[in-house]
Amino acid sequence: MSKIGVFICHCGENISATVDVERVAREIGGMEGVAHAIDYKYMCSDPGQTFIKEAVKKYGLDGVVVGACSPRMHEPTFRRACAEAGLNPYLCEMANLREHCSWVHEKSEETTEKAIDLVKMLVEKVKKNKPLDSIKVPVTKKALVIGGGIAGIQASLDIANTGHKVILVERDPSIGGHMSQLSETFPTLDCSQCILTPRMVEVAQHPNIKLYTYAELESLEGFIGNFKAKIRLKAKSVNYSTCTGCGACIQKCPVKKIPSEFNAGLGTRTAIYVPFPQAVPNKPVIDRVNCNYYKRGACKICEKTCQVGSIEWDKEDEIITEEVGAVVLATGFDVKGTDFFPEYGYGQYKDVLTGLQFERLASASGPTFGEIRRPSDGAVPKKIVFIACAGSRDPAKGIPYCSKICCMYTAKHAMLYQHKVHDGESTVFYMDIRAGGKNYEEFVRRAIEEDTVNYVRGRVARVYEKNGKLIVKGVDTLLGGEQVEIEADMVVLATAGVANCGSEQLAQKLHVSYDPYHFFAEAHPKLKPVETNTAGIYLAGACQAPKDIPETVGMASGAAVKVAALFSNDELVREPVVAVVNRLAPPLYSTCVGCFMCETACPYNAIEHEEIKGRDGSLIRNSARVNQGLCQGCGTCVAFCRSKSIDIQGYTNEQVYAEVMSLLND
Amino acid sequence: MKIGFYPGCSLTGSSREYNESVVAVAKALDIELIEINDWNCCGATAAHAMNEELSLSLPARIMAMAEKQGLTEVVVPCAACYNRLKVTQHELEDDTKRSRVIDILKMPYQGSSRIINVLQLLEMYGAENIKAKITRPFAHKVACYYGCLLVRPHSILKFDRVEDPQSMDTMIKMVGGTTLDWAFKTECCGAGFSVSRTDLVAKLSGNILKDAADRGAEALIVACPMCQSNLDMRRGAINKTLETPSDIPVIYITQAIGLALGLSAQELGLKRHFVTVEL
Repeated sequence: MSKIGVFICHCGENISATVDVERVAREIGGMEGVAHAIDYKYMCSDPGQTFIKEAVKKYGLDGVVVGACSPRMHEPTFRRACAEAGLNPYLCEMANLREHCSWVHEKSEETTEKAIDLVKMLVEKVKKNKPLDSIKVPVTKKALVIGGGIAGIQASLDIANTGHKVILVERDPSIGGHMSQLSETFPTLDCSQCILTPRMVEVAQHPNIKLYTYAELESLEGFIGNFKAKIRLKAKSVNYSTCTGCGACIQKCPVKKIPSEFNAGLGTRTAIYVPFPQAVPNKPVIDRVNCNYYKRGACKICEKTCQVGSIEWDKEDEIITEEVGAVVLATGFDVKGTDFFPEYGYGQYKDVLTGLQFERLASASGPTFGEIRRPSDGAVPKKIVFIACAGSRDPAKGIPYCSKICCMYTAKHAMLYQHKVHDGESTVFYMDIRAGGKNYEEFVRRAIEEDTVNYVRGRVARVYEKNGKLIVKGVDTLLGGEQVEIEADMVVLATAGVANCGSEQLAQKLHVSYDPYHFFAEAHPKLKPVETNTAGIYLAGACQAPKDIPETVGMASGAAVKVAALFSNDELVREPVVAVVNRLAPPLYSTCVGCFMCETACPYNAIEHEEIKGRDGSLIRNSARVNQGLCQGCGTCVAFCRSKSIDIQGYTNEQVYAEVMSLLND
Repeated sequence: MKIGFYPGCSLTGSSREYNESVVAVAKALDIELIEINDWNCCGATAAHAMNEELSLSLPARIMAMAEKQGLTEVVVPCAACYNRLKVTQHELEDDTKRSRVIDILKMPYQGSSRIINVLQLLEMYGAENIKAKITRPFAHKVACYYGCLLVRPHSILKFDRVEDPQSMDTMIKMVGGTTLDWAFKTECCGAGFSVSRTDLVAKLSGNILKDAADRGAEALIVACPMCQSNLDMRRGAINKTLETPSDIPVIYITQAIGLALGLSAQELGLKRHFVTVEL
């Protein structure tokens, strides 16, 4: 008879507050085949693990069930404890009494009974468990970094500097991301370009970094240590190996009125373009949607201008495959446009800007060369209003979270404005000032006290245009709810930071989870902030949630360390949860009849043909065999197999039936 | 095509012209309005300021009566009534509240009738019809004023863009008019303070009128009896608050449509306004 040990965890109060854990241990203790059953406050702690190890030895346990949290959280912990006590780790199973029971039910008799059932199922399963050996797989020591903003740049450099190869993929024609668009950075007011552009150059020149700009991830297959990434290199229409970046084509391009993405729509660019003068690589691409030749079949002025014949009209998108061992997602964020705000004019007023647009106005490389001027008439605004929390912290707008960076950049914007327009008046409408960070609070105080920015605590109900002025109607909630009306020349909305477009699709391609706002989800909010739930895929920067530059850089370095740690192994251990085709003693050899339905069903091409031969070398039969390196344990083949010859190790039909039957046998 | 009709108190009194124009336009568009039998007051602002059960029971009775008559869809021209009926329907999705109200009413209530406003009626059942029947395009530059009750709270009414609604504008453009892009589409007119704080109403309605006048509106188009009476009946008090007095008429959307359909001023009740309508 089996000797199973059962260990029920209180998880502090997480489980014990709604489940009568003592009763669970008591009742399970009475089950057939259970040699030992106890409950304890923190099973995952050192004393908790010691209980398990001692029990394994004392009672000679041949199976362990831990009723605690999700196996995603602590299965490795408990399996390791069992292994240390000499029990095959795959004879240890977890019943999820927290996520599947105590967290989702009220305290009641039924909740406890459900917990008992959950444990009972696993006890019956464990009785059928067989010792398994983990599978060892090699590691491809090359990382894929997706996104070339400051997060991707930092992660790439850090990984490359550990001596490993990096492939950096950027969707736009240049790396640099949002940081390259910023004017000055808080809280030091140092120029964003001055600190970023050297890093961009370093990326381009680093011997360990292969940079693909104007490229996107097409698909990602495989698993930790062994991913296969297909990357679409969008046709640039310019041959980068011959192009000298002289820029003559850009000057001659007749299509000049395209809103510049880099200038957040405030400036224009040509159809053949380099996003900004400091771009890396500093070579142009042709925007085929707007180019005269691609639209109407005529023009080709750039080709005539080009001295070295670099224009490639017929170039097509190219798809390349790269083998990588780890992926860092650094796809960044986006900001809501002014059109998101009906109360501030649905984006129809030219002088209502987003914070990002104001950055471009204030930037020396911007459309006004750093002078603050109204987009509508070019006049210098004498009265300017900044509205913080535009969209953020507003459940009615579907964005209940705080965008985190707006309080600081709004203070910076007001400060820059006061520095540039000495007789100007600036007002900031705010909900709260969230200036948590080194030297942040001091920075905001400086805006208020030294630069005399008028801070009004209250919301702005409406902005409308009248006679060339923007009428801002708000309320001052600190002075008895008094109504405030300002005739402003310019209004800047600190619009909410949101997930970058396409992040949902990317997450689905990578099988990475994401939150309701399409930001990528970290594996644990506190202890695994840079990992995702998919092993080998890490997060850096604002693709996980809005964050400022220091935090982004810190996170990127964190992700880089995780990648480096992964690459420090020559082999990885994989769970042996893979399919196996049974092998039996002669004369049967296997129940597999060689129909190869499994081969058609397998999404991973893991089914191979094997010839079973007799001692004399004669062919006895053709049979299927599973390549354990490729198999992902999805189980599709098991469902397809007509002769029930395939099973998933650790989740065999027999084990699952045992679980189900345990519920029916009452 | 037949549809339930709940006129409400205003349409039988101070806003008879709204009733007349709704009925006339419906007739012109071959929509048969079936008035709810023995309907009662919706409770308006008074009930929900005083007693929650009363504020839910009054509209619930109206809808219960409509259900009894088998009316699956009920048009409610008055914005306040529309708002009260919709909000009640939403509140009564709560089982406890619903059983309490049924207990008070001693009548079955399902909440199954669909409550729509006049704009929705025109949009859903009249749009094609109207286009075909325009005899005299409504070639005027007007400001469509929606007020508070027609679009708010958006989470319950789920009607139009909350800060910059468009449905009335679309309708006016369809009959040949041009509409202003202006700032006071959904600002408050002062509503029920008309009697107790006429000064406040004069100021708030004055703001609305001034913006429309400054931008060159020939008329204000409304779909709410309260807004209409404040902007029209209180014009004397309003004009005292304005630097330049305004004689812009305030007409109902149904009157504007009616004019385009060639109905007479008499049929549309255009002679009943305080500010003379010459359109």
